Amino acid sequence: MACKTCELFDSGHRACGGCGAALAARLVTQAAGPESIFVSSTGCMEVFSTPYPETAWKVPWIHSLFENAAAVASGIEAALKKQGRKEKIVIMAGDGATFDIGMISISGAFERGHDFTYICYDNEAYMNTGIQRSGATPYDASTTTSPAGKCSFGNNRPKKDMPAILAAHGAPYVATASIAYPADLMQKVEKAINTPGPCYVQIHAPCCTGWGFEGEQTIAIAKLAIETGLWVNYEMVDGKVTKAKKVVRKPVTEYLKTQKRFRHLFKPKAQDAEIAVIQAIADRNAEKFAIDIKLPPKKE
Amino acid sequence: MALAVGCRARPGKARDNKTGSWRVFKPIFDHEKCSKCGMCRTLCPEGCIYEDAEGFFDPDYTYCKGCGICATECPKDAITMKQEEK
Amino acid sequence: MMEITEGSHAVAEAVRLCRPQVVSAYPITPQTHIVEALADFVANCQLDAEYITVENELSALSACVGASAAGSRTYSATTSQGLLLMTEVVFNAAGMRLPIVMSIANRAIGAPLSIWNDMQDSISMRDSGWLQFYAEDNQEATDLHFLAYKVAEDTTVQLPAFVCFDGFILSHTYEPIDMISQEQVDQYLPKYNPAEKLDAKDPISFGMYATPDYYTEFRYEMDMAQKRAKEVIAKYGKEFGTMFGRDYSALVEGYQLEDAETAIVAMGSICGTVKDAIDEMRAEGKKVGLLKIRVFRPFPSEEIALALAKVKRVAVLDKNISLGAKGGATAIEVRDAMYGSATTVKGYVLGLGGRDIRKKDIKEIVSLCEKGVGDQFYGLRQELI
Repeated sequence: MACKTCELFDSGHRACGGCGAALAARLVTQAAGPESIFVSSTGCMEVFSTPYPETAWKVPWIHSLFENAAAVASGIEAALKKQGRKEKIVIMAGDGATFDIGMISISGAFERGHDFTYICYDNEAYMNTGIQRSGATPYDASTTTSPAGKCSFGNNRPKKDMPAILAAHGAPYVATASIAYPADLMQKVEKAINTPGPCYVQIHAPCCTGWGFEGEQTIAIAKLAIETGLWVNYEMVDGKVTKAKKVVRKPVTEYLKTQKRFRHLFKPKAQDAEIAVIQAIADRNAEKFAIDIKLPPKKE
Repeated sequence: MALAVGCRARPGKARDNKTGSWRVFKPIFDHEKCSKCGMCRTLCPEGCIYEDAEGFFDPDYTYCKGCGICATECPKDAITMKQEEK
Repeated sequence: MMEITEGSHAVAEAVRLCRPQVVSAYPITPQTHIVEALADFVANCQLDAEYITVENELSALSACVGASAAGSRTYSATTSQGLLLMTEVVFNAAGMRLPIVMSIANRAIGAPLSIWNDMQDSISMRDSGWLQFYAEDNQEATDLHFLAYKVAEDTTVQLPAFVCFDGFILSHTYEPIDMISQEQVDQYLPKYNPAEKLDAKDPISFGMYATPDYYTEFRYEMDMAQKRAKEVIAKYGKEFGTMFGRDYSALVEGYQLEDAETAIVAMGSICGTVKDAIDEMRAEGKKVGLLKIRVFRPFPSEEIALALAKVKRVAVLDKNISLGAKGGATAIEVRDAMYGSATTVKGYVLGLGGRDIRKKDIKEIVSLCEKGVGDQFYGLRQELI
């Protein structure tokens, strides 16, 4: 049961000031409530929240390895079943652990249909190790392993469509959320937790250090991702999109300009062709999820 | 304190790490302008903004890292960031 | 009750009697008969467990980590490549101090691919922190599972345990087994009820990370737990003997060792062959004996030094090779245990990838050892080199 007044993710953790993932942890633990067991993968969140003996988790929490959170959760679920216990199981893993190294164990666990909620806090690169690209890194983002350079515009692949992959596994509830919309985020996490079977919520969690912006802008940038159509907040029930947040779309440049990881698209000169590719990604998102609010034509 | 078997711990000890010392800018909350919406509290990555008996909000400077999200997101501009004096 | 059973089935039956709540495994030859039998038990309500059919071995042991941390007795089984695939979790489970028991149907490691027996797989995990038991026959393979859970779960140990038995040679062989009853097992092995588990009523963080200020001490604690396990094995092995007539209190076991001049040191099913060879050599007047190592971790250094104090020479048989070092792992560790004594220790790497070792080979090794020839592969096909 959710507990919106509970602080289950304690102050004193070592996340950077303005960390989107830390906020996600706070909101998700509140949405899940104290009757839950959390499983983390190795990553930024695991490290900034649990240097022995200073755990920030006020709910039962376990970390085993980078790639096996879904399998660890499978075992916990089996154990709780045998012991007749009712706690909810929530995985908190980063995008590297989810999109890349943990993919096999996630696929196995979703196929087996364990009752848990898998939360991916998506900050679009390997932040803990120093901002290397992952399967979640967006097109043209400069990271330390996909740096922009004289003959590169950065990461040359679009984001992997993880929600669709998990929906294809038969997940009864799949959703995307953003820390910029905390009420929506918490509602989705609660819904996932209360839906039997393996559910997935992917949370857009900007990383000021990795993306290159001031910590005070974390929420504003998360909002811009949605307002430009580069991130869509939607829900899928039994594999069908049932809801998507509609917006009056802004051009993608308004989002890209705010972050150092996209600076090479504007300096020393504007890379219009590349920006057009990114705009096309947003346009496709808008079409696919029908998010555009059509404003009435202005009166002359 | 003897080691816990298997590198385990019960909650509470994170608060030993007083992250307020990281702060460069300090959020100052102006209750005159505050509409008591609580957005600052909801969006604080530290979870260190608390509601008082009258429904106003104030940060616990022991942990506030001074990120400034509260100031940026406050719909009433009731929070301003001031250079920390040390 | 005595019955003729396949080794894997006997092991599965022993596991069933230990009442694990969660079984998680991935099929691999020659472990399959164990996990098939367990699945059958679950399907027929003879074992009240959740059986997780994971997608690979890494997840097999990971699920055990989760289940064990949540407070359930857990079980897995694997071998060879499967054990290597789960290596990261092997070390992790030990560091997290979770008393998982896993059977290893010992098998060689590729490349070249080989499904046949040697002990390279479990021996390669010797630094992981797991207790390692090795069975000579299927009776021992069966009984060691009861002992393994009891020792692993003891609050002074809290380490996971391998029960190793030779793939095919034991796992697929029918032998008469005296299976103890459920009532007896329940009496010996109480319900698993750890003091700490993942529980909303008492939230604990498991698997935190340690800074340089703490890491060394955590590793020291694991080493101490290994060392404490020696006494715990002795205690519970003796208790097993008192209750069921088979005493497993000794980490090493001598055979015809009292007046032996040459001692063979070995682990696993090869010990049976060695014993037969010794009987024949004794009939010829040769003073040969065997020291069987039943527990490889914790390594019984003192026990070995004591048992071999009076022999002139030792021939250590290794079904594994520490490539680039001086022979197999057992020989290296026995030599270390014997350091400072006048006894000569020679190692012989043999039986790799399923090559048969017969009585005549054991006799040949004894005569090589007597000549001071050793620390080499035994039985190489010279025409291939």
